[in-house]
Amino acid sequence: MKHRLINLRPSRGGRIAWGAAPFIAAVAVYFVFSALRLAENPNDKLLPGLSSFGAAIRRVAIDRDMRTGQILLWLDTLSSLRRLAFGLGASTVLGLAFGVATGVIPYLRAGLSPFIAVLSMIPPMAVLPILFIVFGLDELSKVVLIAIGITPFLIRDLALRIAEMPGELIIKAETLGASTWQIILRVVLPQIVPRLADSLRLSLGPAWLFLISAEAIAAQDGLGYRIFLMRRYLAMDVILPYVAWITLLAFVMDWLLRLFNRRCFPWLTATS
Amino acid sequence: MSQVSVRDLWMEYPGQVVLERVNLEIPSGSFNVLIGPSGCGKTTFLRLLLSMERPTKGAILLDGNALPPEPGPDRGIVFQRYSVFPHLTVIQNVILGLEFARSPGLGKLFGAARRRAIEEAERCIESVGLDGARDKYPAQLSGGMQQRLAIAQTLIRRPKLLLLDEPFGALDPGTKQQMYELTTRLWQEEKITVFMVSHDLKEAFTLATRVLTFDKVRIDPDAPGRYGATITYDLPIARKAAFAEA
Repeated sequence: MKHRLINLRPSRGGRIAWGAAPFIAAVAVYFVFSALRLAENPNDKLLPGLSSFGAAIRRVAIDRDMRTGQILLWLDTLSSLRRLAFGLGASTVLGLAFGVATGVIPYLRAGLSPFIAVLSMIPPMAVLPILFIVFGLDELSKVVLIAIGITPFLIRDLALRIAEMPGELIIKAETLGASTWQIILRVVLPQIVPRLADSLRLSLGPAWLFLISAEAIAAQDGLGYRIFLMRRYLAMDVILPYVAWITLLAFVMDWLLRLFNRRCFPWLTATS
Repeated sequence: MSQVSVRDLWMEYPGQVVLERVNLEIPSGSFNVLIGPSGCGKTTFLRLLLSMERPTKGAILLDGNALPPEPGPDRGIVFQRYSVFPHLTVIQNVILGLEFARSPGLGKLFGAARRRAIEEAERCIESVGLDGARDKYPAQLSGGMQQRLAIAQTLIRRPKLLLLDEPFGALDPGTKQQMYELTTRLWQEEKITVFMVSHDLKEAFTLATRVLTFDKVRIDPDAPGRYGATITYDLPIARKAAFAEA
């Protein structure tokens, strides 16, 4: 039996195997080259082996730092996640408020959309110096950078999603006697919150980017700060586990948002 | 009472006349089906009845008063698609109209008020034959059931006019027949004035007490937008009309 390539599908086990293959290949390639380099120079720092990783991870994730008396990985993770949470939280609230307002109310759309469209074109990193000057070098400027970076995207995305909602639904709500406020509350918001969660998932990448950039430039702790600090000592044995840890955190956040949509909005996936 | 008068109605878009010189007297409790070729203005007429648009000239009077400038609970609508809220279950879709009316702040009822609304809604759901699907989402219903839900949702606000915009256009013939029976029964029970847009002649003559056909009487071959459509035939269907008056 001859099949086209587009009709050949892996089984469930096959999908897992195919999915795992690139991960295994990447790890294998790394350790082969690491072993080659270490064989030539046992003090090589560029591609450390397993034992160096183990020691480095113990140093940052289990032992207390000699200078500060704290466990560095947890300290950094907590600081970074706090900044990220405040930044994403502020963005979510602002994005939802302005997205719904400009999406639903024509006068606000006319008044605000062009302004937001221009604002969203400002590269956030270009205003980082201004943020440092205005908000100082501590937490606030980092939170504001994340908010400035992703809020315009959230507003515009939500307004577009609302514009895509069938006009019939709004008319129908009007014929059921709903006011503008009731339409927002009972028709628009419940349908738009799952979209917001999806937009947030897409914003996680930029949010981490802004966070790490801000931490790299001015911070006393944080995952981005540590990576850039370790760069000075060429400490790949710390940098690589940190990168893996950041990736894992981002992945978990993405997964939680997806879970939120699946759990809280059963109508999204309802079919006959 | 819900009697409609249309006085010398004109509807123009830039460079195009859609409707011209439409005059009508529609008695309360009649079932009016609007038919005609595509683009002849029958849907525009329905949109005017719903206040989705304003006429260029002329007026529509409902019980002697000018129509309110925006859609409201005095005129219910069932569209061909997107008539029900996908994020609400059947019962939630039906009580929504009551919640809008009774809870201005949140648009949501709680406790005893909610239980009362649910009781009313359950009667309504039963009368359209959806009692088995009370807690299903619209995506879990067939096309015919979704339209039943849309009708129940509209009727719970007891509108004066029921506007139907090709509501059965996407349904299969068997389902259509059931919907005709349901619509006729509800129309008789509620004594409501119905306007329905259709492009199915058989459907029109099955349901209507009055069939109104829209078409252009004047055509300028060089400027197709020059003249609009008007009512070319106004056919009372005697058997049903007698029933409506009885």
